[in-house]
Amino acid sequence: MTDSGIHITLQQAAPIPLSVQLECKSGELLALVGPSGSGKTTVLRAIAGLYQAQNSTIICQDEVWQNSTQNLFLAPHQRHVGLVFQNYALFPHMTVLENIQQAITHLPKQQRQAQALELLKKVHLEGLEQRYPKKLSGGQQQRVAVARALARQPKVLLLDEPFSAVDQVTRRKLYRELLALRESLAMPMILVTHDLEESTLLADRIALLHKGEILQTGAPEVVAAHPKSATIARLMDQQNLFTAQVIAHDQKTQKTHLRWQGMLLEATYQAQFAINENVCWMIQSANILLHRRNRSSNGEKENPLQGQITEYMESSGLAHLRVQVDKQLDTTMIISVPLHVAKRNALGLHEKIGISLLSEGIHLMPYQALRSEN
Amino acid sequence: MDWQALTLSVKLSLVTLLFLLPIGILLGRWLAYRQFWGKSLLQTLLALPLVLPPTVLGYYLLVAFSPNQGLGLWLVNTFGATLIFNFQGLVLASIIFNLPFAIHPMQRAFSAIPREIREAAACCGMRPSLVLWKIELPLAWPGIVSAMVMCFAHTLGEFGIVLMVGGNIPSETQTIAIAIYDRVQSFDDHAAAVMSFSLLLFSMLTISFTYWLSARSERTHD
Repeated sequence: MTDSGIHITLQQAAPIPLSVQLECKSGELLALVGPSGSGKTTVLRAIAGLYQAQNSTIICQDEVWQNSTQNLFLAPHQRHVGLVFQNYALFPHMTVLENIQQAITHLPKQQRQAQALELLKKVHLEGLEQRYPKKLSGGQQQRVAVARALARQPKVLLLDEPFSAVDQVTRRKLYRELLALRESLAMPMILVTHDLEESTLLADRIALLHKGEILQTGAPEVVAAHPKSATIARLMDQQNLFTAQVIAHDQKTQKTHLRWQGMLLEATYQAQFAINENVCWMIQSANILLHRRNRSSNGEKENPLQGQITEYMESSGLAHLRVQVDKQLDTTMIISVPLHVAKRNALGLHEKIGISLLSEGIHLMPYQALRSEN
Repeated sequence: MDWQALTLSVKLSLVTLLFLLPIGILLGRWLAYRQFWGKSLLQTLLALPLVLPPTVLGYYLLVAFSPNQGLGLWLVNTFGATLIFNFQGLVLASIIFNLPFAIHPMQRAFSAIPREIREAAACCGMRPSLVLWKIELPLAWPGIVSAMVMCFAHTLGEFGIVLMVGGNIPSETQTIAIAIYDRVQSFDDHAAAVMSFSLLLFSMLTISFTYWLSARSERTHD
């Protein structure tokens, strides 16, 4: 049976600590996500053969590229890798067409130009064949880099923060182009990014990397809503993260009861945590219900809290609120609501509001000391 | 004008370049990309001809090439050849005193090529020799040409080391710089003036060419 995906195992303690086990199926886009310095680019470089980790195995489409126990290491030019560098790394002394032709080594010389032109068409760069890289915009350079990476008919496509050097408008356009392009690509694709929004938008799965170690892999929305630990929750930019104590499990109602800052909270049944055990818990902003001022609803009975808005910011059609939950609790929650909801409810700085925490949105994690309760 | 001396100088310069081109590319590239123990010491040794008085360097080369001891003795015993007061000795001396003029600009030229460009070439399927040929040399060539031009001009005008190692043998080791000195000593001011002016003109052209080349490489592909 042939396997068309890529399997990567990298283990080393120094000089760059790595503990990585990944696989990416054919046609799948896996995003390697993590803060700066977490080792994302090193992992990508190791896959391309530009960095050699001590204990490593890399198998791509049943072809062993690296196996440290067998002392096997294929040099980058021997692996069929398409790599889009962060700054694109186009050959400055060659035209766009020549840049792409350099990677078409598998075809006879007379067919290379036609193939390069076809790739340029695929990335919407017809007419720019004779331009030099310096005469191209950031977005155009990125497209040339993608075309060059694809020109080699790679067995895996690696993208190292390919959108970081372009403005936001171009970035959105390139996102759409990549999403359209990937439909036609049958190889595994690995995207390195520190932008969670980007990974959620583009990737089928994400692998969260922290200090060289893969902490969790899964669909972006699953990792964001159900992180395995508070560290992961923090890395996934979950701001409503707290500690509490489990006080009861009710199998009948499928609820777990928590004591948090002297208050009782109801969460969905999570019996893996023992009674009296301290836990961390989080809730995404989408699971916090704002009480309507003029009319109440059933949802308001679920973990109701009162608070006061201490920060109010508007951006991209959303109002971002920091709510101080009852003065005696000295705890704040971050809530984002559509701007029209904020306007309709006359939300503003120092306004008092009511919120409800939806029990299915309360996710429990093993206890660890948090730096601050928001 | 002493055409014999000028021809000898040009011949010496060209033969020196023939050796220095591969040496400069290999060593310059190696120093640009590799980190190794003793790199600073090696770079210091290679830079010595820049600061040592030519007569001092010439003296040490004369001692080293002497057929009575060390390297010189070994050369006599092994090949039956000596390296003092002949053209071969001048070539070797020229290569040695030109090393920093060849290696430093080339090292800088290779260092200026971003690592990602070389890595991208490898990911395009190019083996290292092809990366050197298709990517590194075209990008580093202004530095390489400028180094070669400087070495050529430097060899053409070198006096102290040539005199120490080669002496002043017409058609064998008497280069144009030594011929000028010779004419001044024999009060042939006109010949000395013509040859000096020729060297001055050539030096100016050389420097202008290297500046033009450097400016052109900055403009290229803009």
